[in-house]
Amino acid sequence: MKNHPHHLELPQTFARWFEERRWQPRDHQLAVVSLVQSGKSVLLIAPTGGGKTLAGFLPSLIELSSSQTGRGVHTLYVSPLKALAVDIARNLEKPVVEMNLPIKIETRTGDTPPHKRRRQRSAPPDILITTPEQLALMIADSHAPHLFAHLRVLVLDELHALVASKRGALLSLALARLARLAPAARRIGLSATVAKPEMLQTWMVSQNFPNELDRAELITGSLGPLPELAILKSVERVPWAGHSARYSIGEVYEAIKAARLALIFVNTRSQAEVIFQELWRINDETLPIALHHGSLDVAQRRKVEAAMAQGRLKAVVATSTLDLGIDWGDVDLVINIGAPKGSSRLIQRIGRSNHRLDEPSRALLVPSNRFEVLECEAARVAVKERVQDSERMTMKKLDVLAQHVLGTAVGGPFRPSELYDEIRSSFVYRSLTREEFDATVEFVATGGYALKSYERYAKLKLLPDGRLRLAHPRFAQSYRLNVGTIVEDEMLKIRLVKPRRVDGKLANLGGRLLGEVEEWFVNSMSIGDTFIFAGEVLRLEAVEELTAFVSRTKSSEPAIPSYYGGKFPLSTYLARRVREMLAEPDKQRDLPVQVREWLSLQRFASVLPRADEMLVETFPRGSKHYLVCYPFEGRLAHQTLGMLLTRRLERAGAQPLGFVANEYALAVWGARDFNLLISSARLRLARLFDQDMLGDDLDAWLAGSMLMKRTFRNCAMISGLIERRSIAKQKTGRQMTVSSDLIFDVLRSHQPDHILLRAAWDDAAEGLIDARRLAELLARIRGKIVHRALDRISPLSVPVMLEIGREPVHGEADDKLLEEAARLLMGEAGTGPPSLVHKAEAGRG
Amino acid sequence: MLVADLHFEKGSSYLQKGLYIPPYDTRSTLSMLEGVTGRLKPRRIVCLGDSFHDTAAGERIEPTDLERIRRLGEMVDVFWLTGNHDPRLPQGLGGRVAAELALGPLNLRHLPRSSLSSELEIAGHLHPVASISRRGRRLTSRSFVANDQRLIMPAFGAYTGGLDVWAPEISSLFVEGRFTAWMIGRAAVYGFSSRHLD
Repeated sequence: MKNHPHHLELPQTFARWFEERRWQPRDHQLAVVSLVQSGKSVLLIAPTGGGKTLAGFLPSLIELSSSQTGRGVHTLYVSPLKALAVDIARNLEKPVVEMNLPIKIETRTGDTPPHKRRRQRSAPPDILITTPEQLALMIADSHAPHLFAHLRVLVLDELHALVASKRGALLSLALARLARLAPAARRIGLSATVAKPEMLQTWMVSQNFPNELDRAELITGSLGPLPELAILKSVERVPWAGHSARYSIGEVYEAIKAARLALIFVNTRSQAEVIFQELWRINDETLPIALHHGSLDVAQRRKVEAAMAQGRLKAVVATSTLDLGIDWGDVDLVINIGAPKGSSRLIQRIGRSNHRLDEPSRALLVPSNRFEVLECEAARVAVKERVQDSERMTMKKLDVLAQHVLGTAVGGPFRPSELYDEIRSSFVYRSLTREEFDATVEFVATGGYALKSYERYAKLKLLPDGRLRLAHPRFAQSYRLNVGTIVEDEMLKIRLVKPRRVDGKLANLGGRLLGEVEEWFVNSMSIGDTFIFAGEVLRLEAVEELTAFVSRTKSSEPAIPSYYGGKFPLSTYLARRVREMLAEPDKQRDLPVQVREWLSLQRFASVLPRADEMLVETFPRGSKHYLVCYPFEGRLAHQTLGMLLTRRLERAGAQPLGFVANEYALAVWGARDFNLLISSARLRLARLFDQDMLGDDLDAWLAGSMLMKRTFRNCAMISGLIERRSIAKQKTGRQMTVSSDLIFDVLRSHQPDHILLRAAWDDAAEGLIDARRLAELLARIRGKIVHRALDRISPLSVPVMLEIGREPVHGEADDKLLEEAARLLMGEAGTGPPSLVHKAEAGRG
Repeated sequence: MLVADLHFEKGSSYLQKGLYIPPYDTRSTLSMLEGVTGRLKPRRIVCLGDSFHDTAAGERIEPTDLERIRRLGEMVDVFWLTGNHDPRLPQGLGGRVAAELALGPLNLRHLPRSSLSSELEIAGHLHPVASISRRGRRLTSRSFVANDQRLIMPAFGAYTGGLDVWAPEISSLFVEGRFTAWMIGRAAVYGFSSRHLD
């Protein structure tokens, strides 16, 4: 740890309390107390199990033990999860009761009933544990200056996770307000290990524009021993592609048997389902193996968690729901199936085993295909060297700002220039221009449209003294209902029924609740399709409003391929290590033999590019011609690249037909010979991959893209343009999607510089289309494209080529599908409708 | 030329609720209407009701948009059929207003008659959309719905959402739920018999 001098004596009550438990206060805990007592703000970085939470509360408990309590909120603790908030309150009660301290601790989350909130307002607790959304509501209250007048300490938990999301932006705006309401309050940030702590140190304190950046002090807890990390060296053949990891099931089962309690992490819900099923298929000893993912019914999840805490389980297959915070008993082995995606993520997951600081954690990495072997190896080395990914902070979100501006008006009249200054004290909004701020206020007031007809109905009214006030109290009510930045996918409930049909309609609606799935997933299926959920193969029987009815089926192979790609792209850092590994043979030594053989075949048949190069291979296969490139920038960036490349190839006359992307590579195919086009210089690769594709091409594609519409919908909801919840009734996401898509089209053609379109574009650039990463790629490979014209498929291209047929093919227009369907279906039986319509008929001739 | 459910000024109708949906929908709808009028050069346009989203729409509409509607009426013979959203139409539109219109054996009206009488009918009101699954994708679009006796028109307005053709309000209008849905694609209209639809 970085040694801060702290000759601190704990007060007697506390010293005795530690002694009675035979505990030793840790150095970092004492350092935090000492710095906070001297009026400083502190960022504490320590691994899980390092007594971080106690360190966060210790200064407050000591202060409150010797001063008058009950005067107002002394300490505010903000945690990202409401489950975590409740957990922490429970854990904190213990030392308070044991030391007999007169301190009142309460939580306030979305579940807190109104009467309790009212009581908290009139008789606030000393320590209040809450979430960013609830904090936003509290500061949007005329009572806020009074409520926070005595605030002395502000604790921000899981800071590394918060700063990377829009919730972080929302929190940063609340912090800027608290800096004004309670300037003396010190801040304590708690974080897992991160690559660049100075970013968090800056984020968490108030900035004085345009002075140099202020920072909180940094305290680093001891790191503990290095984890024991192994990659499964399978005797089985590691597949070329796919994500099921079925080949490894026997070996994973043996590892579970040898452990006390194993936690098996996978990247997606459907992977969790597959692994769980496969494990039970060979579970001859009927080991208690359970399943846990966010879509399962809450009661079901709580049961699994309780069984785990009581040591009644042998293994749990889980997705990231278990990633954050909470302590789950005696896990002694973490098995990570599939790609680790990033070293920080992997370190977090491994931290779940041996939740005690002094023992090393044990983890086993199981790659599900050959590229993932490379990724696992890169991650293994990164963990060994304790290198973290550098997380990107979420900066300057205008939709979140719009929500905050309305919240401010809900709290009382405000002067725009004062609010602007306050907001710029937040690191996140430091670069907000006055023009952007004014456009946002204008948007909140009237929608911000070029037509002025909306002014008559403005939400904010100008007072004679230059302040703005809310035009009607009902806007406050709708603000309270819609606060927050988490826009959920519309979920459908899954109920299990026995299919009995009367007149073709399902007779018994009802049935046991299995959980929830995203509406788009159900929409992609037809009645009668089979899929896996909650550990069973199910058949879709009917969909009624927001419920999907399913029945059990005997088939063991579900018809609907269930892998839709992970949510998390390969981190930039790991991607670079994988490229280095390909380039340098001595970094391949630790790889399994079959992977080494694959790479040497590639060296023989084509080439392994240097780390700073990008390889492009072109070859014929069947009746088509392929162009495969290897950017290693993650599926989202590759899909965007695929869209843009096909547009450009189209223009170059190369007649592209479609493309498919995985995490590592992109394959485009077409009707014309790429080798010939390139050798005759009719197609220039440097031109094809030029950075200018991010201009007009990207713009034109985005206009009609579903991804952009989804991004826009989220911004529209966060900013309050459309309401998630209205007083009358809860609108369903389905209704929302329809109307926000229409709004997007209309707004785009009439006011393309509207702030919501700017906000959506900004989100899309880093989110669903990952344009930022693509831009970095195009800059990186300028003048560094290595092309190989081959006469057949190359070893390195096999994995992405195998995705063809597994993944939906992109680049095919809806109209083509409709035309094809019309032709096929109308051809049947001659019972088609009369020939009225031109185009559909033309196809039959 | 028949169009249904233009819903002019739907965007601005949300104003009172404090929802500032962009006010450009009237403009978008008008541009489409002018475009198709220019291409097909009809002598007469019949709007099958709900042309305006509410009876106060005339107070909110931008003067330039109102002027464009009026000019359309000077070029073409326009009939405004009344609908449940616009039992009264704004002043100064030009054209003629009626509740129903008979064209030979065809009856044009806003609300379809639920009785299965033998008269021929073209109506709007229901905003039908149809869906079909192809190659793992589900395609949805605005759609004409018809059998040999009745045609329900899709909504024309920029902000008008849709009702699935299998909703009882639509499918019960057709004997045994048998109809053809003419789905509107980007380049053409594609017909599907109801048994092929999702």
